[in-house]
Amino acid sequence: MTTDSPVLISVNNLQKSFGNLQVLRGVTLDIHKGDVVVVIGPSGSGKSTFLRTLNLLELPTGGSITFEGVDITDRRVNINRHRQKMGMVFQQFNLYPHKTVLDNMTLAPRKLLKTPRATAEKLAMELLERVGLADRAKAYPAQLSGGQKQRVAIVRALCMKPDVMLFDEPTSALDPEMVGEVLDVMKELARSGMTMVVVTHEMGFAREVATNALFLDEGVIVEQGPPEELFTRPQSDRLKSFLAKVL
Amino acid sequence: MAEWFRDLYQQFTFNFIEGDRWKWIVQGLGETLLITFFAVLLGIALGVVVAFIRSTYDKNAPALKARGGPGRWLLGLVNFLCNVYLTVIRGTPVVVQLLIMYFIIFATSNNGTLVAVLAFGINSGAYVAEIFRGGILSIDNGQFEAGRSQGLSYLQTMAYIIIPQMFKIVLPTLCNEFIVLLKETSVAGYVGIMDLTKAGDLIRGRTFSAFMPLIAVALIYLAIVMLFTWLIRKLEGRLRGSDH
Ligand SMILES: Nc1ncnc2c1ncn2[C@@H]1O[C@H](COP(=O)(O)OP(=O)(O)OP(=O)(O)O)[C@@H](O)[C@H]1O
Ligand SMILES: [Mg+2]
Repeated sequence: MTTDSPVLISVNNLQKSFGNLQVLRGVTLDIHKGDVVVVIGPSGSGKSTFLRTLNLLELPTGGSITFEGVDITDRRVNINRHRQKMGMVFQQFNLYPHKTVLDNMTLAPRKLLKTPRATAEKLAMELLERVGLADRAKAYPAQLSGGQKQRVAIVRALCMKPDVMLFDEPTSALDPEMVGEVLDVMKELARSGMTMVVVTHEMGFAREVATNALFLDEGVIVEQGPPEELFTRPQSDRLKSFLAKVL
Repeated sequence: MAEWFRDLYQQFTFNFIEGDRWKWIVQGLGETLLITFFAVLLGIALGVVVAFIRSTYDKNAPALKARGGPGRWLLGLVNFLCNVYLTVIRGTPVVVQLLIMYFIIFATSNNGTLVAVLAFGINSGAYVAEIFRGGILSIDNGQFEAGRSQGLSYLQTMAYIIIPQMFKIVLPTLCNEFIVLLKETSVAGYVGIMDLTKAGDLIRGRTFSAFMPLIAVALIYLAIVMLFTWLIRKLEGRLRGSDH
């Protein structure tokens, strides 16, 4: 655990309802710089909703989220500025199909940070090199395999030099043989010190690099702690029965 | 057989060559193309604006509601006006709209061509708006979320990510709408404009022979439509190609 490093995201009594359906029922959590937080839990427990409220893709209906000292749930805050510092990777990749890999990566830096094209492309190429896709820079997303798409999605987010990366089941849509290549990139990212929040069913990944694991069920954190401890000594019956199914 | 051809030839010279009546056809065709061209431009402009407002309302109404303030009411009002426009235009015949424009709204103007451009453009805009909106709706919401999650604003996401994909999707349908519009302008004669159809009809009235002028007019429309259809096919092939 890196509890001695400064708090990056502070989630306080976070709530989210869709109409009458209360999905998050008061989640409280501090995420420190350099933490790799893994979120596990049964389907429908609110994992995606939790992740998506962190960058306000879903608007919370209660509680607060403080990111880098700013309460981003305050509606006077310009959320677009803060989202620039929060990279997000989706289950379905969501690459821009009408743009090449390189243009996918340079769009946001050029439009938002006003980075000159050459500078943006240089950084993009370095990142592509790092994930072994430099030769695909001019390809369109439709020409890539699932694993390649997800690696591009990760480095696309990194182009904005984010302070935290959010992953929503990044390997769930992949063919089994491609899961490894994406997890390897994420592991390397974790070791480089990136703060990460990852919704995943990959227990191996959690064991290897996570600093903290959360078990979410019915909209609350039922248990949390270092992954090894959580997986080997679950306290609650709900976590026990969940682990029995996934391990 | 030879006699039939000779007869046809005589008909042709009688209807078109004598009195330089072919010039009417050329003039009428010019008028038809002119009205269609500018009505298409107006229709696209209106269509983009209306589709943009309606999509923006659909996408942002919940967020604005949560936030409160005047933005929601303003957007709601504009959205309502767009809906009225769509309902009225799509619920009444284009000829009636043309007549109303010419004899009521612009009764003092004697520039028939301009009124026709406005009438057909406003009419086409309603259909184009729905084509665009359908295109925007057909784009996976993940595209939208990807853009917003990177920090792009709603407008930037629309401009760089959604609209370019939307155009690609709707281009064939849009071209089809232009074919429809071209044919619809044939009612322009109702307000005294000498378009292609009216030209053919004038010749018929002068020569008292219906076959030659009307068939000629029909063939000209057909040729233009077939040319456009061919272009659309090529375009579709090109677009599909660029995805891979
Ligand atoms: N936009 C929405 N409108 C209404 N209900 C929603 C919406 N998004 C999620 N929900 C509901 O909220 C609940 C939690 O959904 P969520 O996607 O957060 O679960 P999850 O833990 O990510 O599940 P999974 O493992 O299947 O991805 C579900 O019951 C879901 O149907
Ligand atoms: Mg989910």
